[in-house]
Amino acid sequence: MSFGLIAAVFVYLAVIAWLGYRGYGQTKTAGDYLLAGRNAHPYVMALSYGATFISTSAIVGFGGTASLMGMSLLWLAFLNIFLGIFIAFVFFGKRTRRIGLNLDAHTFPELLGRRMNSRFIQVFTGFMIFIFMPLYAAAVLIGASRIIEVLLNVPFEVSVVVFSILVGAYVILGGLKSVMYTDALQGTLMFLGMITLLLVTYIKLGGVVEAHRSLASLSAFIPESMTKGGISCWTKGPAGGSPMWWTIYSSLVLGVGVGALAQPQLAVRFMTVQSDKELNRSVAVGGVFILVCVASVYVIGPLTNVFFHGTIGKIAIAAAEGNVDRVIPLYLDAAMPSWFSIVFILVILSAAMSTLSSQYHAIGTSVSRDIIEQGFLKGRETKSGTVVTITRIGVLVSLLLTVLLAMEMGGGVIARATAIFFGLMASCFLAPYTAALFWKRFTRAGAIAGIISGFTVSIFCFLFMHGKEAAVFGLCEALCGRTTLFGGIWPVIDPMVFAFPVSILFTVAVTLLTKPEVDLPLENAFAGVGR
Amino acid sequence: MLGLGDFSVFAAYILCILSALLCVVYGIVNWNKGGEVSSEVAAEEVRWNAEEKKIEDELSGRGDAS
Repeated sequence: MSFGLIAAVFVYLAVIAWLGYRGYGQTKTAGDYLLAGRNAHPYVMALSYGATFISTSAIVGFGGTASLMGMSLLWLAFLNIFLGIFIAFVFFGKRTRRIGLNLDAHTFPELLGRRMNSRFIQVFTGFMIFIFMPLYAAAVLIGASRIIEVLLNVPFEVSVVVFSILVGAYVILGGLKSVMYTDALQGTLMFLGMITLLLVTYIKLGGVVEAHRSLASLSAFIPESMTKGGISCWTKGPAGGSPMWWTIYSSLVLGVGVGALAQPQLAVRFMTVQSDKELNRSVAVGGVFILVCVASVYVIGPLTNVFFHGTIGKIAIAAAEGNVDRVIPLYLDAAMPSWFSIVFILVILSAAMSTLSSQYHAIGTSVSRDIIEQGFLKGRETKSGTVVTITRIGVLVSLLLTVLLAMEMGGGVIARATAIFFGLMASCFLAPYTAALFWKRFTRAGAIAGIISGFTVSIFCFLFMHGKEAAVFGLCEALCGRTTLFGGIWPVIDPMVFAFPVSILFTVAVTLLTKPEVDLPLENAFAGVGR
Repeated sequence: MLGLGDFSVFAAYILCILSALLCVVYGIVNWNKGGEVSSEVAAEEVRWNAEEKKIEDELSGRGDAS
């Protein structure tokens, strides 16, 4: 790959790191921070949220997955816009902002912990983030590394290591919490890159209707594994109740679509706006951003089949040698002019860095504020030098774990790893988080029951029910002599389908069966809420 | 149906666009609503921001960590 491209990437990275560093250096007092953070322009707020939300996982991983599974993944884009933006901002965002401010909460675990007056909830939630966030971070890292691998012709393992070092440097130089303006710049690049890619794709394939028709005509070339699973055409949904129907709708659409509401790294964004006005305005910008950055991916992904079939006579997955994670990088390399590849590498770097920095921010604050301060120090004040050192070690450990996972997980795993994390977060926290925001009668016992039941059922399903994970862990095989407890359709149903309803049930039932606790900070928490 | 194979995919395609439109309309209609900040809330925000800045400084190793 050309020297110009490598130079462009490095210049871009330097500019971003410098912007972040400058932005941070200039906010010396709390007052400055107020201006920089809570007075953020809605465009900046929305793009910052969008850039955190949408990463290489969505663009590369889910785009590639869509090339195999077809356009029914558009249901996920719909949920991303309707739940992930509209419901999240209008209903969850406003209350999260107000209650977070009232309780002086600065992390997602702290919000839950303080609202329910429970150190256990805060520490447990902190541990969940610390342990499982690397899985999602690894998915993002793999996405970026696949792009670098294909477009720059660098071996995958080298891409992972080099990109991790770049992100590490960016996170350290630019501050763990990526400065909102940097995020907004990255969001703008993503927006422009994706809209160009969508338009060029449609134009190359003869327009919207013609492109869709060409895709439908490729039904005969759909791999046997997909047709057996229930997919007969890439512009149609899978057969109802078929294995692919369950995979698409229970894991990808439900897990990631609904799971977005209980994402720790997204929930904290609501606390950093000054008033509901900014949230209202952000809805408009955010909706369009997700439409362009996500919905387009689920259109472009399947359409790569038309392109590859027309140019090399193979469908996308065959062109990518069986690894769906390579489809989008290959399409960019083959279909777009080289200058666009350069721009798109920057888009991908942007998407990965903004998401990774927010993930490491969530991990870092979980370690320092939730696990160490509340778990080990029991809320006692201490000289924070030690806390800083332990936090650094914690972040470093999770960074290494991320790199290790990225290396070990193999091909075609981005969408699955993302879905596991989103589904797990939703199964454990969505019901208690929703109740904490909207239900004053909600009790601590109900919250703990909701979290623990969701967690227990999820883990049980991963170990004994869901085929892909149960096969990796091998516990069911060792204990029962078969990969999963049940055969038939059961191994393809996502754990969230069981765990989330159980969590809702326990959250509600235990709350109704227990007396309202008198030590909950209700008056303070809900002051000014709903006005 | 835009050349799409069945109604469910067509519905998802259209719902994506409609929900984005809903977001735009909601944002425009409520563009100036919810901006009233009382002095009480403003004081809370200053306190919140001071704490947030401290956390960031600790994480980034900048400023006085104690």
